[in-house]
Amino acid sequence: MKSGKWFKLYIGVFLVFLYAPALLLPIFAFNDSSIVSFPLKGFTLNWFNVLWETEALHTATKNSLLIAVSTAIIATSLGILAARASSRYKFRGQKAVMGFIMIPLVLPEIIVGVSLLVVILQMGFDLSLWTIVLGHVLICTPFCVAILSSAFLNLDQSLEEASFDLGRSKLATFWLVTMPLVLPGVVSSMLISFTISLDEFIIAFFLAGTEPTLPVYIWGQLRFPQKLPSLMALGTILLILSLTLLATAEYFRRRSARKTGIEDAGGFL
Amino acid sequence: MTDPIIRLSGIDKFYGDFQALHDVNAEIRTGEFFSLLGPSGCGKTTLLRTIAGFEDVTAGHVEIAGQSMDNVPANRRPTNMVFQSYAIFPHMSVAENVAYGLKARKMPKDQIATEVATALKQVGLEGYGERASHAMSGGQRQRVALARALVLKPKVLLLDEPLSALDKKMREQMQSELRHLQRAVGITFILVTHDQEEALTMSDRIAVMFEGRIGQLASPQDLYRRPVNRKVAEFIGVMNFLDVSVSDGTGDTFDCDIAGLGKVTIPAEQAPGGVDASVTAGVRPEMLTILSGENAHSEREASGIVEDVYYYGDMTYYDVKLDGVDHPVTISMRNTAGRSVLSRQDRARVGWGAESVLLLK
Amino acid sequence: MSQLAKWRRSEEASGWLLVSPTLVYSILLLAAPLAMVIALSFWTQDYLDLDKTFTLKNYIEAWSEPIYQTLMARSLKISAFVTALTILLAFPVAYYVSFYVPQKRKPLWIFLITIPFWTSYLMRIFLWKVILGYNGVINGSLLGIGVIEQPLSFILYNQNAVVVTLAHAWVPFAILPIFVALEKIDRSLLEAAEDLGDGPLRRFIRVTLPLAMPGVVAATVIVFIPTIGDYVTPRLVGGPNGLMISNMIELQFKKANNAPLGAALALSAMFLVSVISLIFVWLNRKYLVGQK
Ligand SMILES: Nc1ncnc2c1ncn2[C@@H]1O[C@H](COP(=O)(O)OP(=O)(O)OP(=O)(O)O)[C@@H](O)[C@H]1O
Ligand SMILES: [Mg+2]
Repeated sequence: MKSGKWFKLYIGVFLVFLYAPALLLPIFAFNDSSIVSFPLKGFTLNWFNVLWETEALHTATKNSLLIAVSTAIIATSLGILAARASSRYKFRGQKAVMGFIMIPLVLPEIIVGVSLLVVILQMGFDLSLWTIVLGHVLICTPFCVAILSSAFLNLDQSLEEASFDLGRSKLATFWLVTMPLVLPGVVSSMLISFTISLDEFIIAFFLAGTEPTLPVYIWGQLRFPQKLPSLMALGTILLILSLTLLATAEYFRRRSARKTGIEDAGGFL
Repeated sequence: MTDPIIRLSGIDKFYGDFQALHDVNAEIRTGEFFSLLGPSGCGKTTLLRTIAGFEDVTAGHVEIAGQSMDNVPANRRPTNMVFQSYAIFPHMSVAENVAYGLKARKMPKDQIATEVATALKQVGLEGYGERASHAMSGGQRQRVALARALVLKPKVLLLDEPLSALDKKMREQMQSELRHLQRAVGITFILVTHDQEEALTMSDRIAVMFEGRIGQLASPQDLYRRPVNRKVAEFIGVMNFLDVSVSDGTGDTFDCDIAGLGKVTIPAEQAPGGVDASVTAGVRPEMLTILSGENAHSEREASGIVEDVYYYGDMTYYDVKLDGVDHPVTISMRNTAGRSVLSRQDRARVGWGAESVLLLK
Repeated sequence: MSQLAKWRRSEEASGWLLVSPTLVYSILLLAAPLAMVIALSFWTQDYLDLDKTFTLKNYIEAWSEPIYQTLMARSLKISAFVTALTILLAFPVAYYVSFYVPQKRKPLWIFLITIPFWTSYLMRIFLWKVILGYNGVINGSLLGIGVIEQPLSFILYNQNAVVVTLAHAWVPFAILPIFVALEKIDRSLLEAAEDLGDGPLRRFIRVTLPLAMPGVVAATVIVFIPTIGDYVTPRLVGGPNGLMISNMIELQFKKANNAPLGAALALSAMFLVSVISLIFVWLNRKYLVGQK
């Protein structure tokens, strides 16, 4: 078991490496110094106050939330359609079509941003929050398709057939049987696209018109050293927010797994 | 006899280039317990799903209760199905599962409640209505699936290997319960199974399928005693095959010379598929006897050497190599009082008669 | 029933009908824009006017100007290093979770590994600046315990910093596919190998590793392709010698007003990573088939 010990040591070091940046966030968020560096000074809530008073940040946050919610809804809807088609039907060209839809997963985001920018400008449209939504939906859809495909595949097809056999229409079957049973997948899909969109920088950077999103706003602030401590506070809030979202999603997934008696198949992704 | 409840005529089913059903024709009688029996992959499920309306036929017609089912989708056919996996909706209680089809019919609430209670009682699940469906055992789920289908009073109940997921004891219990239930409700049951014993004990009639075709459709006795060909005979029970040469007989009988047994004249009804050059003689193990003791007699006698003995307590199975035949035949004997069991390499006198033999193509 | 009506009810038609909104979306917002970028890369731009006559000028410039050559080579080199480092970091972790962690705790571990991914991407990269900086965590600690007297300046604003930061950002994406591949390995195969006389190391090399290769290949592609397009990391921790091709692409599209050249650079970069990835996948397939 000597190798096991070395292994554990490595895993420990790895986890420190993995978590180091995230752990710094709360440390500097409460550090009473306008320079982000060690040694630490005192404890303060001042940086959160600064956030509270920054008007531009609030606007950027609202923009980002609007974009993230729209993206989550649209990408998940598109994901449901594609995932359903790929998991329940066989049709010619299926592999090619699904592969094509999944391409953004391996495409550098800068390419997506650049190409959308070119098209939108060539077509004479103005850049706005909605052009960002277009880009975000594109990169989130593959994630939604992946999550929802596994949800649909885990669903025993004879449940739907049973519903149809018992006299329900296809539509009623979808709402009464399919949807309730893939709901955890739908919730994860929404959450993941929400989180990806909220955090996405490059595409928003290229496609943002005059209205910045939260990451674009943060990018602008990173240049000013005096703004850094309040950004740490902001990062802390974002971290807590996404962890809460994840935990909630996990809770709902487990609860519904318990309720429906489906074997716990593990977490997200 | 009443009109058939289901009439299948000329059904072909293709999956791409693969033909799963070849020209299937059958009539299923009102109120009978009908089984589809056959080896894995022979098309039983496909045929059942064709009747239920889950698969479109490539050619041919399904008629239920005199109505053509062309273009009638599964949700409007007077059939209901019990799935192999039971397909109990995991997010609903037992009662909600059973009420599922009734709600689609817009039945008033209190009537639904009474119907559900009756159906649950019928399958022996009285008082289980509020249970979460995933908290039920395999056998109980099976009953829920039955209640859910029967509560709709279908003309035909379709069951796809409903017992295969149960352990042996539970399966035997459910077999007799299913049989009783079918008699009580009087609905036509069509059961898919690959277990010949299950089919023989439960059914009024059985269709044996091979490679997408119905090999024989008959009552259990007829299937066992008068299989129409070698394939059916091999699939149902054990059958010994011996070479035979048929020298002509009258129209009603055939004069045969059977390897290892000898010459005999066989009535034509023991050659249900007719006779040609490919014909062989088939003998069931219990149609041969081992004669022991001086005073044991039989109509005819052959002899051989015991190759193997399988002792089962109430029965003994012998593999006996008849003189002049190179593969052994199986003979089963009941172990009655005073009957001695032979051992390997013993010489055996084998008794048989004309009625023991079938001529099969 | 007419042929058309029959087709409309068929599985084929249902599948196409269902997938079509998503497909149309991808065509309109992925295929069409990419086609547009390809077209653009063969045009020229004079301040704000586009000249749509076909020319290879942009590509010639992109492939022959030393500055672009340097940036491209550096980007590929950094991506390759990041990929290698990521896989090296990820494999033992995936292996540990798959082979040492009890079945019930595995989802928790995977969750634990993906959590840092949920912190803001910009913040995560920026924080490496805090860690590696002149007054940063590392220098601070080393000074504090007296190992060094002057803060180390070579750890930030160079290519190493870019590699470390990117590897950190992508490591969860590499762990997942490798973990999945390891999970799929039938444990009795390993016992069989041992039973047939392989020691732990030989068993690992002859059985575990080949069977885990599909996961490694997936991880490689997932990490290698997107990192070439990373914009933020080189800008924040790369310093002047750590800039990558995306920074140039952005410059051409925005400040330099030379979108066609930007397009040619972007497509060239895409082309190179795709070709390299395909060769890698192909080599692996050959190697793996040889194994069977
Ligand atoms: N959707 C399908 N696409 C292609 N081929 C199919 C499909 N469904 C069934 N088949 C093929 O049709 C044949 C008959 O299948 P079917 O399921 O009816 O067999 P079965 O008699 O029920 O067998 P089992 O006892 O194994 O359930 C099999 O060879 C099967 O591979
Ligand atoms: Mg079947």
